[in-house]
Amino acid sequence: MRVSVLVPGVLRTAVGGASRLDVDVAAPATLGSVLDSLASQYPALDRKLRDERAGLRRYVNFYVDGEECRRLDGAATPINPGAEIQILPSVAGG
Amino acid sequence: MASKAVLAIGTRKGLWVATSEDRVSWHLDGPHHPMTGVYAVAIDTRPAVPRLLAGVTSEHWGPSVATSDDLGVTWDEPDHAPIAFPADASLERVWQLQPGSVSQPGVVWAGTEPSALFRSTDGGRTYSFIEGLWKHPHRTEWGAGFGGQAVHSIVPSPDDPSRVTVAMSTGGVYRTSDGGASWEASNTGIKAYFMPDPYPEFGQCVHKIAQHASNPSRFYLQNHHGVYRSDDGGVTWKSIADGLPTDFGFAMVVHPHEPDTIYNFPIETDGRRFPPEGKCRVYRSRDAGNTWEALGSGLPDSFWTAVMRDAMCTDSGSPAGIYFGSRSGSVYASPDEGDHWHLVADNLPDVLSVRAAVIAS
Repeated sequence: MRVSVLVPGVLRTAVGGASRLDVDVAAPATLGSVLDSLASQYPALDRKLRDERAGLRRYVNFYVDGEECRRLDGAATPINPGAEIQILPSVAGG
Repeated sequence: MASKAVLAIGTRKGLWVATSEDRVSWHLDGPHHPMTGVYAVAIDTRPAVPRLLAGVTSEHWGPSVATSDDLGVTWDEPDHAPIAFPADASLERVWQLQPGSVSQPGVVWAGTEPSALFRSTDGGRTYSFIEGLWKHPHRTEWGAGFGGQAVHSIVPSPDDPSRVTVAMSTGGVYRTSDGGASWEASNTGIKAYFMPDPYPEFGQCVHKIAQHASNPSRFYLQNHHGVYRSDDGGVTWKSIADGLPTDFGFAMVVHPHEPDTIYNFPIETDGRRFPPEGKCRVYRSRDAGNTWEALGSGLPDSFWTAVMRDAMCTDSGSPAGIYFGSRSGSVYASPDEGDHWHLVADNLPDVLSVRAAVIAS
C-alpha cells in the first residue's frame, strides 16, 4: 500500500528538498512501520523524528489524516491505504 | 608564522565563533546551529586543518555532533546518528567532546547523558559505544544532578592510550587502565555531603576534573563543594580549597604550559549560585592549589551570574589566554594568563561551553 508523508520546510534538506513523499509500505501498516520504510531511504530525516530506540521525539507531531498520533495510538497508530501523515514541529523552547 | 586565536562559544541557543589577532579585539560570527543547546565544543588542532566539533541538541530534532573544517563556514553531520546507544537507552545530550592524545590522531572521546562514554577514530564524525563503563555494576546507582546525569569530563592519558579518566554527575571519578574494558571508582577523599556516608566509594557530584599533559599523575577537581588535587593518578584526593573564598563552583582549568598553574571560578554555595559578593573574579594558583590569588582587572564588580563547568578554558598561546563565559551571556578573555581581562561578547544566550586555540592565520 502507498501513503503520503508531508515534510515541513525545516527538514526538507534531509529529503532532497521534497515537501511530499510517497511511501510504499506493507499492509497492515502502522505509523512506526511507515517511518521504518522512510528510514531506510532517508536516515538523516529519521534521526530527527525518532531516537535510536525508534521512540518518537517529544516535540515532533505526526498528524495522521489530521489527528495527532498521540491522541490515537502513538507509533502503533494504524495507517490506512492512501493516508496522509503530516510532520510538524510542536511549539517548544523559549 | 602569523597566528590568530579562535574561541568557540557554545550557548543555550547556538554556537558563536570569535577570532582575534591580538586576543583583545574580537570578531564574532554566529549563531551557528541556532536554537540548539551547545553543551560541548572542541577545537581539534592535531590535523593540518583545525576541526571544530560541536555537540548540538535541538529540542525538536534531538542531539547530534557537527564538525567543521573551515572554522564554522560550513558544517557536516553524518546521515546516521553519530552517537547512538545500542539498545537499552537513548542519547539525550552530548556533554563533552575531547580530542585524544597527540599520539592517537583521529581519536575523539564523547561523554553523554545518560552517563556513558563513546570513542571516535575518524576525527569525531562517528562514535563507538564503550560498553565497559555502561555495564559497570555501580551504574544503576548513579544519580542525576541538577543538570542531568552525564559524563562531563574525559581525560585521556597523554602517554598511555589504555588509560582514561572520566567524571560524572553524580557518580564521581572512574578510571580505566585497559582501554575501557573495566573501570574502577576513584573517589577516595572526595566528599559527598549530601549522602549518609559523606565519603562513599562513589556517588560524588564531581563538577570537573583537569590534568596537565606533562604530569599525568596529577589531577585537579572541582566538586559540588570541595576543590581537590590528586598526586597519585586519581587514586586519592586532598583538599586545595584553603585560600579560595568558597569551595563551590563548576570550572577547573589547567594552564597550557605550567602544570602547577590552575584557574577556578568560585561560587558562593550550591544554595546561592553567585560569585562571592556578586564580584566577578577568577582565582589562580601557581603552586598547584596551595595558595590562590583573585584576578579581577577588567572584570565587573556586579556580576550576579555563574560560570558553568565547561565555560572556562585556556588557549595554547604564549603567554596563555584564559577565557570564560557566563550564564548571563558575557564572555571575557585574558591575553596575559589572567592578569587583565577584556570583554569578547555580551548579551549572548547562556554560555555553556568555551574552547580556544591559537592557530596559523
